[in-house]
Amino acid sequence: MTAVPGAAFILAAFAAACIPAGSALAAARWPRRSPAAAIVLWQALGLGWGLAAVGALGALGAARGGSGVAGGAFALVSRALNGGYASGVRHLLTGTLGLRLLALAASLVLLLLLCSILVAAFAAVLRARRRQRVLLSLLAHGDPKVPGALVVDHPAAAAYCVPGLRSRIVISAGALDLLDQAELAAVLAHERAHLRERHDLVLLPFAALLRAFRWSAVAREAQAAVALLVEMLADDRALRHRSATELATALIRVGAAGAGRAPNGALATADGDVAARVWRLLRPAPRLPSAARALIGVAAVATVAVPAAFLALPF
Amino acid sequence: MDILWESQDPLTVRQVSGNLTERDLAHTTVMTVLDRLAKKGFARRERDGRAWRYRAAETREAYVTELMLNALDQTGDRHAALARFARSVSEPEAAALRHALGALGRGTAGSEDTARGTGK
Repeated sequence: MTAVPGAAFILAAFAAACIPAGSALAAARWPRRSPAAAIVLWQALGLGWGLAAVGALGALGAARGGSGVAGGAFALVSRALNGGYASGVRHLLTGTLGLRLLALAASLVLLLLLCSILVAAFAAVLRARRRQRVLLSLLAHGDPKVPGALVVDHPAAAAYCVPGLRSRIVISAGALDLLDQAELAAVLAHERAHLRERHDLVLLPFAALLRAFRWSAVAREAQAAVALLVEMLADDRALRHRSATELATALIRVGAAGAGRAPNGALATADGDVAARVWRLLRPAPRLPSAARALIGVAAVATVAVPAAFLALPF
Repeated sequence: MDILWESQDPLTVRQVSGNLTERDLAHTTVMTVLDRLAKKGFARRERDGRAWRYRAAETREAYVTELMLNALDQTGDRHAALARFARSVSEPEAAALRHALGALGRGTAGSEDTARGTGK
């Protein structure tokens, strides 16, 4: 064994580089001008990071000369098995085979961990939504002022949607009193955009990562950034049907009505969210030119394709 | 469920059907619905002779509170489950935003918030 396989080194560097790249993307201003393009880049960054991290460990263990990290891993395992039990044990104790199998096992564990994080988060989300739907079916009623939405008799101002195959839009009686007809229509247009484009599925992996890596500043930044971008995207969709002023007034009113009810510490980021959306509605910046958006698309494809190529192609 | 919430005492299936004003539902239908509510934990039932008596497990307000708490929770875990229209804004920030909206000079007419913002 002469050196750490080159592929392992490159993949590890790639995974490490994803972290400052995420911080930079979270701090950048341009995503507000084209939220959809920025969301695609975030998704590519997350997927690329996962592939590179799993691949780096796999490449450490994989046998060379195979077809890519995945092929090399199979080659190594079959070699270990074919060697017979007795010589296999001797190999494990004396040679590098043991270390390499260990690296492969670590790679597999990381892959399973990332997958199970996603599955667990999805299960928790489905459970919370089912409870919401059951409670709504018992408590909520329709109202002609908000066609297609459910009204819950509660004085606090709240508007939200329960995404899923059987989606719901919920408006509290407090919000119904607070907003005028045009503002309510703007709220509904915004929520319908969330449901139609399944923004919850965009957000889910980032929320899952944050749940698993609470200590990670990048995971927190990524989740907050994607959450804000998804809201901005829904705002943009709502603007096709309603005016910016209606949407901005609705945002300020619902946001201000919620103040004082929530603990102060939790408000820091949320505070900025509504303000950023209102400023964006009042002083819209032009959309990024199509060349810039194409460039972002290329960057996103490359972010996924480079680690994927190392996994599948010979090196 | 509304009938159970409004009643002080546990009700039999027959009493519930009697209180249903809107539709003429079969006795067995009402029984099935009550049975399902009991299985899901929304109703409790107890034996009374040969019949079951049903009552609501929690008050209506308790369920509304649960619903709203889940929706208004700001701690982050609910992000993915529900999508909120607007998170909370502090009062000074809301005032600044109202002012900006008013200064644009095309605030919604008759809106008291924007009227305050333009200094009328």
